[in-house]
Amino acid sequence: MRELSLHLLDIAENAIAAGARHLHISISESLATDSLVMTVQDDGCGMDAETLAKVRTPFFTTRTTRDVGLGIPFLAAAAERCGGGLEISSELGVGTTVVARFQRSHIDRAPLGDVAGALMAILLRGDDERLRLTYEHRIDEWVFAFDTRELHDLLGGMSPGDAAVRRWLSEYLARCEQELKEQSCPRSDLSTT
Amino acid sequence: MPKIGSLDDLKKIRESALRDLTIRRSTGTKITVGMGTCGIAAGARETMQAILKELDSREIEANVATVGCIGMCSKEPLVDIEQAGKPRVTYANVHPPMVPRLIEEHLVNGRVVQEWVFGRVSDGGVAVPTSEES
Repeated sequence: MRELSLHLLDIAENAIAAGARHLHISISESLATDSLVMTVQDDGCGMDAETLAKVRTPFFTTRTTRDVGLGIPFLAAAAERCGGGLEISSELGVGTTVVARFQRSHIDRAPLGDVAGALMAILLRGDDERLRLTYEHRIDEWVFAFDTRELHDLLGGMSPGDAAVRRWLSEYLARCEQELKEQSCPRSDLSTT
Repeated sequence: MPKIGSLDDLKKIRESALRDLTIRRSTGTKITVGMGTCGIAAGARETMQAILKELDSREIEANVATVGCIGMCSKEPLVDIEQAGKPRVTYANVHPPMVPRLIEEHLVNGRVVQEWVFGRVSDGGVAVPTSEES
């Protein structure tokens, strides 16, 4: 994928397909330790040891339309290519955690890209409108955190998917991501985010 | 730890949304965008954003949802448009520049854009491919 945020979107889809009620996504960047870590954690159905061993191969998938599942192998390759790697832990009936680590300044490290857009795509998932999404993006000591539960309380009867809410929500997310980038990165480093 | 974003900002979303609610034209439409790995890789997120933007600028109310892979990966990004009382229409290879015409013709003028259609789901629920697909 040309942006890391697209990997987040992709792994989040796995979590939703696994029946997650709570999806937690975090991005943690450290200029000091030159690391970028993306985590997707869910409370979906989880995987047994046998399945867990198979998910990294391109020929394993739970969908029935064809026998190819590229999301996890793609992310693992992207992380390994950048001096990092992919860790997956899972427990049947409990959930799964996927952690992708990258050397932040690595020349092959794709940009994060449009994270706000990826979050909106997750929030607009049709199958389950009651999904709780918690998100945290940290760059050194700066943090942007978002919890749909907080938003639900404020929206009263409306939901994030409602036409009138969507627009304002996606603007809010985009604005916060932009502000986070500007606050945390010195001018000279903006081009590498 | 310096924090970005605030509860006050979230509250403003509600106020803006309430104002917005009154001016949108309701169409009873549901638009679904495929968002499996294949869809994402083909640019479905950008297609979804183009659809949201077009609906906003035309002040049209339509439900927009994303779904996982349905198996026609080479046809992604796939966009389904479903309206009450009409068969669901699936458009294939939908990229952002195609969106304004799609919304204008299908939603506003009520005309299916045949050249972009993959198949129509008849009342019996069976997908009927267009001639070039058979």
